[in-house]
Amino acid sequence: MSAAATEIPYDMEPHPLTRMYNGKFGIWLFLASEIMLFGALFSSYVLLRVGAPEGTWPIIGAPTVLGHEILNVPLAALNTVILISSSVTMLMSWYYLKENKFSRGQFFLLMTVLLSCGFLVVKYFEYNSKLHHYLVEFDAPLVVDGEQVSYSRTYPTAEGERTVHYLHGHITETVKDEDGYVEYYKFAADARKPDHGHAHDDGADHGDSHAGAHPEIELRPSDYRRMSNWGPAGSTFTGIYFTLTGLHGLHIVGGVVVMVYFLLTGGSMWKKLPDKYANRIECTGLYWHFVDLVWIFLFPVLYLL
Amino acid sequence: MSLKAFHLVFVVVVLLISVGVGAWGVRVQQIDGQGWPMQLGVAAFALAAITAVYGVWFLKKLKHVSYA
Repeated sequence: MSAAATEIPYDMEPHPLTRMYNGKFGIWLFLASEIMLFGALFSSYVLLRVGAPEGTWPIIGAPTVLGHEILNVPLAALNTVILISSSVTMLMSWYYLKENKFSRGQFFLLMTVLLSCGFLVVKYFEYNSKLHHYLVEFDAPLVVDGEQVSYSRTYPTAEGERTVHYLHGHITETVKDEDGYVEYYKFAADARKPDHGHAHDDGADHGDSHAGAHPEIELRPSDYRRMSNWGPAGSTFTGIYFTLTGLHGLHIVGGVVVMVYFLLTGGSMWKKLPDKYANRIECTGLYWHFVDLVWIFLFPVLYLL
Repeated sequence: MSLKAFHLVFVVVVLLISVGVGAWGVRVQQIDGQGWPMQLGVAAFALAAITAVYGVWFLKKLKHVSYA
């Protein structure tokens, strides 16, 4: 078999039908499937939000239905700027490779990797704060030292009205018995006071924050019905939030892996076939721009609206 | 569509969404009176302005690169 017989056609030159080289056509087909994937999840978000019972979105007791009630907007805004910058450096990398400036191209590729890692670090802190924040639900109002410390919220369900007694806050210490079972948690309730919650039986809004009145309470497992962090199981909103941002984060990790591979092996590829290497960086850049575009839509949808 | 064309789409989308977030921040500040939406709105308008300037610069710099 001759070498010509095994050569892949239109590897670098445009195909007459698609008017692009095969690699670029392949990445566009892949991105089309990605649009369907994220489109389905965005649609799920809309349906879940529209169907959420009153008072449960984004989490029980939140004053409004907006995501920023429990999400960190400044961190997300910082991540948005980081990702936009990474798209610019990605484009510059491809541009300089096309201009036959390999070192500059690799430098901007490295910058893209560093910015991506910055995004992931910020995301880690954001996730970490959610995973250490708790929602505690009680069957009846929680009374400590003769005073009710839990809030209550009544909302309609298909079976009628449901009243939830709850607290938001952090576990500061877990005290276990000699068998290793949890005896009680030291729990610091949120300072933030829900707009429509009532911490007192008379239903009046007394205006004092929980943190000020009860900086730390002891919660025994028998005291509450459910304790859940603001992780994926915390509420419907946190479920779809972690699904969307987690999937997006995995795409970021995938992109970083590809870019690091090109940083490590780019030199030898460049020596053999510089145009082909530039094409590969272009395909990576197309993927990267798509991932950044997804975030550009995720930010206002999840955090602001 | 080349990376140049897709980047142009990206820049336009960033510009439009920045303006949208800016308008959102101003509106929410007017309704709620909270400070942070206005700060976010001003930052978003600043980002929109930077993006517009960058868009012109990028088009000039990649003048000889094909859109296809």
